[in-house]
Parts: sequence; C-alpha cells; structure tokens
Amino acid sequence: MSKRVGIEVSIAISEAVGLAKAEVIPAYPITPQTHIVEHLSEMVANGELDAEFVPVESEHAAMSCCCGAVAAGARVFSSTSSQGLSLMSEILYIPSTMRLPMVVVVANRALSAPISIWNDHQDIMIQRDIGWIQTFAENGQEAVDLTLHAFRVSEDRNVSLPMMVNIDGFTLSHVIEPIELPDQEEVDKYLPPFKPRYKMDPRRPISMGPVGIPEVYTEAKVAHDMAMKKAKRYILKAWNEFAEIFGRKYDPVASYRTEDAEVLLVTMGSISETAMTAVDTMRDAGQKVGLLKIRLWRPFPGQEFRKAVGKTKVLAVIDRCLPPGALCGPVGAELRSLFYKIPGSPKIFSFVAGLGGRDVTVERFEEIVDKARAYAKKRPRELYEVIGVREK
Amino acid sequence: MIPEFEKFKGFKAKNLPKEEPLSSGHRACQGCGEVLALRMVMKALGKDVIVCNATGCMEIITSPYPHTAWKVPWIHIAFENSASVASGVEAARKVLARKGKIPKKHVDILAVGGDGATGDIGLQFISGAMERGHDFLYVCLDNEAYMNTGVQRSGCTPYGAMTTTSPPGKKSFGQVTWKKNVPAIMVAHNIPYVATASPAYFLDLMNKVKKAALVKGPAYVHIYSPCPTGWGSAGERSIEISRLAVETKVFPLYEVIEGRYIISRKITKPKPVTEYLKGQRRFRHLDEDHIEYIQRRVDAEYEKLLRLSEMA
Repeated sequence: MSKRVGIEVSIAISEAVGLAKAEVIPAYPITPQTHIVEHLSEMVANGELDAEFVPVESEHAAMSCCCGAVAAGARVFSSTSSQGLSLMSEILYIPSTMRLPMVVVVANRALSAPISIWNDHQDIMIQRDIGWIQTFAENGQEAVDLTLHAFRVSEDRNVSLPMMVNIDGFTLSHVIEPIELPDQEEVDKYLPPFKPRYKMDPRRPISMGPVGIPEVYTEAKVAHDMAMKKAKRYILKAWNEFAEIFGRKYDPVASYRTEDAEVLLVTMGSISETAMTAVDTMRDAGQKVGLLKIRLWRPFPGQEFRKAVGKTKVLAVIDRCLPPGALCGPVGAELRSLFYKIPGSPKIFSFVAGLGGRDVTVERFEEIVDKARAYAKKRPRELYEVIGVREK
Repeated sequence: MIPEFEKFKGFKAKNLPKEEPLSSGHRACQGCGEVLALRMVMKALGKDVIVCNATGCMEIITSPYPHTAWKVPWIHIAFENSASVASGVEAARKVLARKGKIPKKHVDILAVGGDGATGDIGLQFISGAMERGHDFLYVCLDNEAYMNTGVQRSGCTPYGAMTTTSPPGKKSFGQVTWKKNVPAIMVAHNIPYVATASPAYFLDLMNKVKKAALVKGPAYVHIYSPCPTGWGSAGERSIEISRLAVETKVFPLYEVIEGRYIISRKITKPKPVTEYLKGQRRFRHLDEDHIEYIQRRVDAEYEKLLRLSEMA
C-alpha cells in the first residue's frame, strides 16, 4: 500500500528513484539539487539501494558517466541545476541521438550573471533542443510521479530516449509537502526491469557513437526527430497506465476552469499553483479566466494544446526565461508558431515573470490578465513584456 | 609488489596473440605510429574488453558509419570525457554483476585518447576517474599535437616544435613551452600503475598494457606515437624515430609501480638529440642554441628520472 507522508520534495524524489531501483547514479552537487543526491548517496551507503553512486568531479563528467553506464546496460539517474546543466550541455545532445535512456531531474534555477541560486526556467530553456523528453512538475506529488513515469517512458523500447523532469528549485525542491509514496510492489508492476536493446557486451560487440559522414548524418537526426514525435503516444500510454495503478491521471496539457474562459493564462511548473488561486479569485469576481498548464514540453503536445485552448480568444503566456534580443520568451514563441495563420486562432500575449526567484503573486497574475485584455483591444507596441520590474 | 603480476609471464615474440581486436582496413595515414600502437594495445588486451574512445584520429579512422574496425564493444561519446565514460561502464558492470544481471567474468575497461584529450581538455576527467579508483586503464596515444584538427599545438607538444598554432617566425621559434609531464601527474594520483611505452619496443608496450589491465584499480600508460603527417617525417621512419626518441633520452621508458619508478631501458650511451630531431620537419627551423638547450634539458630531465628510480 502506498503511504501518505509529510516529506521534503527532494527526499521524495530520491525515494522514487530508489523505488525505481536505479543502478548507477553519477552526480555532482549544485544548489538546489543537492538534497536529491545527498539522500540517494545515503540510501546507497545504508544498503537500502543496491546502486553505484559515482561522486564525479563535474556535471560534464556526470553526464559522460551516465552515457557509459547506460551503454553498459544499467538503469541510470542523475540530477542537476542551472550552471551544472549548462556544463553538461555539450554531452546532453549525445545520449538522445544515440538513444540511451536515462532520467535526470533538474531543479530549475537561474543562470549567471549575476549569480543567483533561485528559481526560474532559464537553465532548461537553453537546453530545449537537446532532444530529450522534458516534463515539468507542478507540485511535490507530481515530481515523484513524473520521475517514475520518466523511467518507464525513457526505457520503453519504442521510445529509448533520455528524459528530463523539471522541478522548480527551492519552491519545489525544498518544501515539505504531503506526498503519497507508492509501495515497491506497485512500482515493480509499473516499471519492468531495464532491458536495453543494445549494450556493450564483449559476447556481442557493437560500435556505438561512430562518425556520421554527410551521407548518414541527416538520416540520424531525422530518425531522432521521428523518435521524439513517436514518443508522445508512449508518454500518454504510460500516464494512462500510471492512473490505473496509482489513481492519479496526468495529461500533457492540464486545464483549470477553462470552460467559457475569455482569457487563458499559460504556465509551466510550480507557479501554476499560484495561478490556480489567481484564477479562483478572478472567477469569484466574475471574470471569465482559466488556466492551461504545460506539463509535457518536449515533444511539444501541439494537438492537445490547441484542443485545450478551445474557443478562447486570448492567451496570456508566462515565460520564466528572458532571452535577450529575442522576439519573446520560448514558450510564447512556441505557441505563436503553433497558432500561426490558423483560422480563428487566439491572440497570444507574451509575458516574462518570476526571474531569479522573484515571486509571481496572485496580484501579478491579475495584472497579466488585465494587460492581456487591454492588448486584445489595442495591440501592444512590444511582442512581450516583463512583469514586476522595479522602477527604482 | 602487485599480486596480479605474478601469474603473468609476459608476451614474447613466440607467443604473440593472433587475435586482432582492431582490424585492418581502417583509414589511418600511411606510417601512422598511433594506430600501430593502438593495434598492439588491443592485441595485448584481447577480446574481453570494452573500449571508450575519445574523439580524435583513432576514433574517426576506425568508425565511419556504417563501417567499424572494432571487433570488441566500442563507444565514443565526446572528446574530453573518455575516462568519465569508462567510469560509468565500470560502475554499471560492478552493480550489474552484483545483481547477477551479467556474468561475473572480468572484462577490461579501456579508455583511450590522444595527448590533447588526455593532457589538456580531458585532464580533469581523468584526474577524477583516477582519484575515484575505478578499475580501468587509460591509454594516452601521444602524437604531440592536435593532429585530427590539423596539427595545432597541445600541452604535450615538445619545445621548439612547429605546429600550425606554434609557428616559427621572426619573433618565434615554435613551441615555447616544455612538454607537459602527464605521467607524473598520474603518479601524483597514487594509482597503482603508470608506465610509458613506445611502438618501437612492442613487447615492452604490450606487457605494460597487459599489466595495466591486470592491476586492480586505475592504471595509466602513456604511449609515444609518431605522426608522419603532423611531424613532417617519412612514414617508413615511424619506428626508427620512436626508437631514437628512447635512445636519445627524449622519451624515456619506465614504469611506476605503486609509486616506485623503474626504468625499463636504461640509456647508458645516449645518442645526441640532433639525431632524433633531424628528419622531422617540425624541428627543421631550430638553430644550434635551441638544440643545445633541448640537449641540456633532456639530460636534466633524464637525471631527475634516474634519481626517482634510485629512491627505493
């Protein structure tokens, strides 16, 4: 039987990784990811988890070590944040095209400069094209569930892609929440042992990671792209099976009070919880406002998103990332291209908020909705707006 | 002494393994000393091995998809990280064997890279893997510059050598720094086995590689690897140049077993360095003063090594 406990989200994620029986865990410490790997190394040290914890000397080495371990046939987990994720970046593109399944939890944090340990999504957004499946958790329960789901999807032979679960640093990683931790039997039912299609075995030698001459490089990349697109089906299937076993149902795009909405907020990650409160407040005041929460970021669930928007005419998209000199934040850009030249498509207004740990309050969401309504009547001068910038 | 060495009788010309885990037909240049060394490394290791290859000449010449020269499991991830990839392979095999998911039979794990991948960009990764004590061997095939990208200088490029980024000119005589002593850095990690080797002394090379594989924990072998293309030397002279490097004390052969230096081939009647330098276009521009400096420094470095070997 699963048990409901008050537990720090990071610890709960480590427990999930333990339930998934991860076998190799290469990790390097970085705030705010530390509690996850600390607890895992404790579990290994106490013999609660039969795994190799490899305390590598950098995140770059962590990801490299992950690649070697998966290629040798082990179930692999790691976790990082911010600068650490950036340091991994060179390697991140490699296991995805090489189709090496693994799970990495990213405790999202701002990027330097100025150095900031606090939460936003800039670290993951510059990694959006690494070809990994990427999900975003809204709360602690989701963080645990998405971690288990990630192992299941990543290792599915129809998918065989690495997977990243994003949890907001501090706002999720360091809070204590009531979380339902599944029991081993249920997890075993959900997650079969890892059986890689290919691995490095002297009895059956193969060469992995060869040179891609111009005659094959395009095909390798297209194969990867096709795999990502095909993966969606198995991501959804794994969520459905998750619901059957654990009773919690997840969708790539979650809707909250979207019925007859005139304006829809679009969020990712933990600010969705505040956004729900904001929607409740505005609904109480008679405003027709709803919320869409993007849970699956890559592959982007375009079809599901369009369906979730329905007939709503105004979208207020919140990015937690400010790419200097770009036309707007990455989520805004994604949605604009999704709806480009589609008849009857909504007006999309892009907002940037919550950088480097700045709180996005209920009032800020109300301000965003007010602005979106006003811009729907009179087109704004800029393609995006940063919310909550101090004048002085 | 290392117990694993006791059972190993050593390779002899008569009992060389017939197996070629690295097959012919790859795309190395004529006279490549590096691929020759790698072939000997693989002959010494045999078939029960997993190879983690850094980006570089050996990686590109052996693996243009859909071809491969490898008859053993081989993986290439990137340039600087073959030691980290090997760490992952080793950790995975440890836990999988413990859980009964793979046979308990020992498999050697080889990480291999060039001098740039080892002494420059990969130094941190190797240091980490050595310090953590993974049971693997790292082989550096040192051709003394970034040959795969077109002969740029590395930290292992010798003093005075011409490369495309250490060109001699009106205000320069080529590489201004002395070759980085990577084996000494490895010794500083207190690993059980470090050695230098040369393809001119192939039995010595193979025996050292085998010992590096036999030893429990990390081991390092630094192999001198002539590059006719990058050095401007005749392809048929690669072995001769390798031998001259040893005979002139430019590249001494030694082992460091549990911290103890043992010189494999004492050079009592050294040839002058000029004999080594001539016939290599990369040294052609050097004047007498520079050659004299190289001679003095080579002698001094060898003296240091002798003193280290005298410490019991």
